[in-house]
Amino acid sequence: MKQAASMLEIRNLSARVEGNDILRQLTLSIRPGEVHAIMGPNGAGKSTLGNVLAGRPGYEVTGGEVLFQGKDLLAMEIEERAREGVFLAFQYPVEIPGVSNMEFLKAAVDARRRHRGESELSSFDFMKLARDAAKRVSLDQAFLKRGVNEGFSGGEKKRNEIMQMMLLEPSLCILDETDSGLDIDALQVVAAGVNAMRDGQRSFIVVTHYQRLLDYIVPDHVHVLAAGRIARSGGKELALELEAKGYSWLEDEGV
Amino acid sequence: MNELPEATFQQQVLQLAQGQDVPDWLNSLRLAGAREWREAAWPGRRTELWKYTPLAALRKHRFQQACGTLPVWPRDLPLQVDAIRLVFVNGVFDAAASSPAHSAVVRFSAADAEQQALIARHLGHVATTTRHLFASLSNALVADGVLVHVAKDQALDKPVHIVHVAVPQAEPVVVNPRVLVVLESHSQMELIEQFVSDSQVQNSFVNSLTEIHCGAGAQLRHYRVNLEQEQLLHVGGVHVDLWRDAHYRGFTLAEGSVLKRIDYQINHQAAGASAVLDGIYLPRNQQLLDYHTNVEHKAPHCTTSETFRGIVADEARAVFNGRIHIHPQAQKTLAELNNRTLLTSDRAEIDTKPELEIYADDVKCAHGATVSQLDTTAQFYLRSRGLSETQARSMLSFGFINELLQGIEQPAVREHLHAHLQRLFAESLPVTVTAP
Repeated sequence: MKQAASMLEIRNLSARVEGNDILRQLTLSIRPGEVHAIMGPNGAGKSTLGNVLAGRPGYEVTGGEVLFQGKDLLAMEIEERAREGVFLAFQYPVEIPGVSNMEFLKAAVDARRRHRGESELSSFDFMKLARDAAKRVSLDQAFLKRGVNEGFSGGEKKRNEIMQMMLLEPSLCILDETDSGLDIDALQVVAAGVNAMRDGQRSFIVVTHYQRLLDYIVPDHVHVLAAGRIARSGGKELALELEAKGYSWLEDEGV
Repeated sequence: MNELPEATFQQQVLQLAQGQDVPDWLNSLRLAGAREWREAAWPGRRTELWKYTPLAALRKHRFQQACGTLPVWPRDLPLQVDAIRLVFVNGVFDAAASSPAHSAVVRFSAADAEQQALIARHLGHVATTTRHLFASLSNALVADGVLVHVAKDQALDKPVHIVHVAVPQAEPVVVNPRVLVVLESHSQMELIEQFVSDSQVQNSFVNSLTEIHCGAGAQLRHYRVNLEQEQLLHVGGVHVDLWRDAHYRGFTLAEGSVLKRIDYQINHQAAGASAVLDGIYLPRNQQLLDYHTNVEHKAPHCTTSETFRGIVADEARAVFNGRIHIHPQAQKTLAELNNRTLLTSDRAEIDTKPELEIYADDVKCAHGATVSQLDTTAQFYLRSRGLSETQARSMLSFGFINELLQGIEQPAVREHLHAHLQRLFAESLPVTVTAP
């Protein structure tokens, strides 16, 4: 497969939610295979970035552009972005009673496969794939038959997100505070799932409030988001520095 | 065509009784029905039972009696199930499409003396015309019908499947399907009633009435599915008497039409009876669909569990009125009624009214109704995994009623409805075009 020179190119991206400007001319470049951590104080726009990239309604782009593997991401419908290979692991995965997890996952995988010109999987083949993925995130098989996230605990929902990511094999994975609300065991399961998917091609944006997750998912780059733009970038050691210093220095530097 | 004055419809439809070929032993019921129908005040907007359901559509036609010849109809309409099947097309029995005669099932016109006596004993006695105006019309026009009779301690090894097919006629017709189920004590069976039409263009008025007598300890599973399309007018009633420790398990599903009104009247007549009724209503376009249920707890230690869910699309209107009436002697009653409606468009409408009337002091009762819209966050979630907007809306609609569908014990009915509804949801939703 031809390797694109760039996975994601965000240029001067501005966005608003409910009339408030949240992202202000944010610029970020991600190459294939890289893991970028986005950190920052509450309200900095961390989650907004993921939601804008996934196309969530209510997130209005007011300027700038985003190229995903060279294509204009912002021009695509929500489902097109997903089929092209963008995946957002939700901070708060949605419960959908009455829709079986299995049926939902198969529809999602089939949509992605059709888009790639591949045939839909037989129910049998899909079951095998799904069972295997469930095992890899330590989810009991019974969860496949339950309603989507219905009655799942916080940790089970997050593992379900990672399972979906494994099944959909996206090129760009955006993890929106996937570590929030996880105990250390669940955190390790999630991190192991993510690490298993690092193959030198797939890129990750790991949005997190805490440095803890980055002990398990080691980033290539760490960015501090403040007031809607990247205030500082560095290597993984930046995360440790933030953990020690907190975010108050941002104000001191007048960002 | 101009609307007929109200009195004219009320009188005109009765004239249809005159040309009928009817066994003598049905005469007293017919005469009583005619008298009640003629004397009844015609429902208007101030009539509580018909407040949200105008009957104007009935007045737009001058109905004829259905003729006795069998119309041509598409044979793939009945659901496929291994059953004792009876097919009626515009009320005319289709022997070729029905199964061979079975001792438990007989048409009124072919009933022997003993069966006639059984019919005379129960017909019109389970059904009440109080609160049910159109039951009197059914009585007035009753000519033929189906008797299902299961003897004491017997269980039918196959379901009884009664199919009512509607096809358009040169002249608008009235069809008056009548079913009487008599379950002797400790007997059990499964009944599937299916109403279906061959196309959207219809001009009949179907006034159906099903009476069910469940003797002591008898058990009935009853599926009633109204999938007639757009222009068919349907007023239907199911009346159930439950005697000591009898159990009724009902499932009903309907799509809407110009006028569709379905009433369930369940009477707990003796101690220990129980009823479970699940219902799904799915009006769309500019259809109207009205469910009225009325459960009378007349004895102690009876239970009722009623769950209705509906999806109202486009500019359709739905009405749900669920009444549970607990009489003073009905101590230790357990009753719950739950109604949830999903409106998938801004112009869809539901009038819902759960009513509990409790006159006993030692009972446990609960009721509730909610109205919601398709969850935009859930739609985004599904689409963010690659599902199209249509798929997402269809999946969410399906999910809303799936729990009740999964509760259907009869696999043939469950699978038929599952497939039908997946088609329905897929086609009735707006198609989005994604750029190449």
